[in-house]
Amino acid sequence: MPTVNVGRDRLYEALQQHYSEEEFDELCFDFGIELDDVTTEKAIIRKEKHLQEDTLEDEEIIYKIEVPANRYDLLCLEGLARALRIFTGKQGSPTFSLSSSAIQKMYVQPETALIRPYVVCAILRGITFNQARYNSFIDLQDRLHQNLCRKRTLVAIGTHDLGTLEGPFTYEALPPSEIKFVPLKQRMEFTAEELMDFYKSDLKLKKYLHIIESSPVFPVLYDSKRTVLSLPPIINGAHSAITLQTKDVLIECTATDLTKAKIVLNTLVTMFSEYCEKKFEVEPVEVISSDGNATIYPDLHVRSLEVDLAYINGYIGVSLQSKQVIDLLNRMQLPSEATIGSNGKSKIKALIPPTRSDVLHPCDVVEDVAIAYGYNNILKTLPRSLTQGKQQPLNHFSDLLRSEIAMAGFTEVLTWILGSEAENFWLLNRKHKEHTGVIVGNPRGSDFEVNRVRASLLPGLLKTMGHNKDSPRPVKLFEVSDVVLLDNTKDVGAANERHLAALYCNTTSGFEVIHGLVDRIMEVVGISNAAVGDTKGYYIAPSNEPEFFKGRQANIILNGSCIGSFGIIHPQVLANFDILDPCSVVELNIEPFL
Amino acid sequence: MVALSDKEVTKAQHVEEVILSHLQTHEEIVNSGEFAKANGLEHDLLLSVVQSLHGFNYVEAQDIKKEAWVLTEEGNSYATLGSPEVQVYKAIPLEGISREDLQKKLDVSVFKIGFAKAMGNKWLETKPLVSRKVSNVEDQVQQQLVHIRNGQDLAAADIDALKKRKLIIPLIWKGYSIRKGTSYAPKRTKAATDLTREVLQRGTWKDLVFKDYNYNALGQPTEGGHLHPLLKVRAQFREIFLEMGFEEMPTNNFIESSFWNFDALFQPQQHPARDSHDTFFLQVPEKAQFLPEDYLQRVKEIHEHGGYGSIGYGYNWKREDAEKNVLRTHTTAVSSRMLYKLAQDGFTPKRYFSIDRVFRNEAVDRTHLAEFHQN
Repeated sequence: MPTVNVGRDRLYEALQQHYSEEEFDELCFDFGIELDDVTTEKAIIRKEKHLQEDTLEDEEIIYKIEVPANRYDLLCLEGLARALRIFTGKQGSPTFSLSSSAIQKMYVQPETALIRPYVVCAILRGITFNQARYNSFIDLQDRLHQNLCRKRTLVAIGTHDLGTLEGPFTYEALPPSEIKFVPLKQRMEFTAEELMDFYKSDLKLKKYLHIIESSPVFPVLYDSKRTVLSLPPIINGAHSAITLQTKDVLIECTATDLTKAKIVLNTLVTMFSEYCEKKFEVEPVEVISSDGNATIYPDLHVRSLEVDLAYINGYIGVSLQSKQVIDLLNRMQLPSEATIGSNGKSKIKALIPPTRSDVLHPCDVVEDVAIAYGYNNILKTLPRSLTQGKQQPLNHFSDLLRSEIAMAGFTEVLTWILGSEAENFWLLNRKHKEHTGVIVGNPRGSDFEVNRVRASLLPGLLKTMGHNKDSPRPVKLFEVSDVVLLDNTKDVGAANERHLAALYCNTTSGFEVIHGLVDRIMEVVGISNAAVGDTKGYYIAPSNEPEFFKGRQANIILNGSCIGSFGIIHPQVLANFDILDPCSVVELNIEPFL
Repeated sequence: MVALSDKEVTKAQHVEEVILSHLQTHEEIVNSGEFAKANGLEHDLLLSVVQSLHGFNYVEAQDIKKEAWVLTEEGNSYATLGSPEVQVYKAIPLEGISREDLQKKLDVSVFKIGFAKAMGNKWLETKPLVSRKVSNVEDQVQQQLVHIRNGQDLAAADIDALKKRKLIIPLIWKGYSIRKGTSYAPKRTKAATDLTREVLQRGTWKDLVFKDYNYNALGQPTEGGHLHPLLKVRAQFREIFLEMGFEEMPTNNFIESSFWNFDALFQPQQHPARDSHDTFFLQVPEKAQFLPEDYLQRVKEIHEHGGYGSIGYGYNWKREDAEKNVLRTHTTAVSSRMLYKLAQDGFTPKRYFSIDRVFRNEAVDRTHLAEFHQN
């Protein structure tokens, strides 16, 4: 979940109310966000740079607030404060409008389709920035770039001082050598080609080079005087850089996903138009595509979503009247009205503003009603439908077996499912067996060793033993848990298998102890000992596997098939796992018992 | 307590018998040292026996302490050979002797100490030769040392002098005076520690005295097997769900396709949770080979265009993304399979639960692992 850093005092000022930390914490919780951490600006920087310094008294207190990942309207102080003011009833939801004054135009060239087909734009007129607002503006762009824009791959934002530019504008895609401008923070002119090189050493920007690097044409925006506005998604031009004195802001979002570009543009303008001369008014821009189609942006239309009152009440478990529901939704920035549906039933018509792109379905409206009502206020009731409890037979059986083995004096362990190739094969002397199995493509870890899903419980037991050499003897361990094997009959190509494994370690090998455990397992499951070759019951057949000691190992044959084996672990394997005392183990598949 | 050999045990028993039988007819053993001597017993052994008898209240022992003086090695040699100053005196012939010759006649330390002492006593003349100044000397020091050796007393001043010359050291002698104790018996009966089969079956338990049990120490730690604590909690959760009428879902499949793990649950394909830094994607087996085709089409439609009241996500849904196998990131993946099955089989009210392992490719810290259990 993304976190937003807001200055506490600025926030309280915007909320027009002072809260204690506990009170604010509760307010957040009621609204569905979380006050994650309280820190200071300098402390954040210190943490990033791994410095140890004392806090100075006069550092600004920063609240780190965690917001849902789909609420782009809560990613900045402006949006958060507005939402909370509306939630606490201090104001109603704003209505956003488009001004009808002279419309700027953005012409899209066809080559852009090769690399970054879409562009949407808007203008904020008569805006007043101060340092805090400016920082907030930049921060929001950063956050959007990280989240919704998927690190600028889907959408890239450029913001410009319109006063330094002259429309109409063009969105083009040109060979990199033909694009020349002074980028932000520089004084010299660069070609786009040179910039690709130049930014390879820039910690922040080098991450985005790959998005356009290998394309024959780079996206670029020009004004009518061929001033470069920006080279998306890399960097804006220095010419149109916004300062605290800027009055008119042009916002352009280039994208490979039009839906997301529109959401990004809407988020920026709805959040910051509150600082415009005409509050909440946005000046539109006409985008003309290469085939002549013209669209006005931003698209601030209000959707309406009709929801049955009965659906709302039934889903949440309350009995609210239409008026109550409307009051609640008003506090959630979803102004609504009551209507009657064609079936004569009461309905709520919710008007979804452009800030709420997260509302996709009536259930989202219901969720907001519930939040405004207060989850803790919903009366708890018992469901009226009758169902029967039921266990999975395999799990029930596993639990019975586990108890029996613990009663036999063995201690249960719970080991990792992910491990290395070495642990799963070579360290067990299983060199010549086909060591295929499930392999993870993106393992975590610096040396990428932990990339195998276990096909046996033995590595886990042996590792546990190796790490507990000082435990009093005898050590008796067991585990009943799943391993994963490749399986062509399954839709995903692999299946779990429930195994049981036990280990005995002492100054003597305990081979007969493990053998005794095998007999005991058969006894409690109710399988009788049979003669060698019988197809009913179980018998032990000597085996010759590399992980075990010669002459002290066997297969367990149940109803004619081998279900597992036991034996003294081979000294080489013991050395591989750093175990100094003799061990005997058993591993078997318990699914055939069912 | 150090274990005693059999020979030592019988010796100790003998000493015990002597003491106990003596007390039968005598009120008190005044001095253990003298008693030991009189009866030919080792005093040290007698002391330990008395301690043991005292511990069981067979006797009551009072400490007695005597301070005695004993000769050091040096003191012993002077007692035998005479004090060094007298030795020096005796080594000087009547006509006198040169210092070097005198030195050669005597032991190095005897000369050194003796000469200085003799000079101090004004027994010697040094010029022109070393000669006797007085005609006779008495070896008082030797007499004193012999007194001490014989166990006789000396005047305090003499004791101090000898002590100063490090010829004697104090010796503290400890012993007991012994009387009958509260549990006195002429013969010691062994206290038993446990009721054994032997005494039970023989009936001899009736005659036994039992040692007190120490209730303040802990008992013997139990042996046996153990169930894993996390799995014990899991068992309790399972019981709660079952009691409430929930049916357990079959979750024995760690490998899941992205379709069931994400897409069927309406999680869009560009969602951050599907990133490689949150999800483990598989190299082998890389893709799911079968997916329910008509359901897949409906899922695709909803993602792209919406439906059933939703406006959808408005992006191009890709089949290849849905086919990618993952280590399941939540057991909700199983829930989605179960709901699909329920819809196929015909709907009835159901309550489902599961508790099993899930996998997340996130940074491991003290409260987060890459594999964990989820309800």
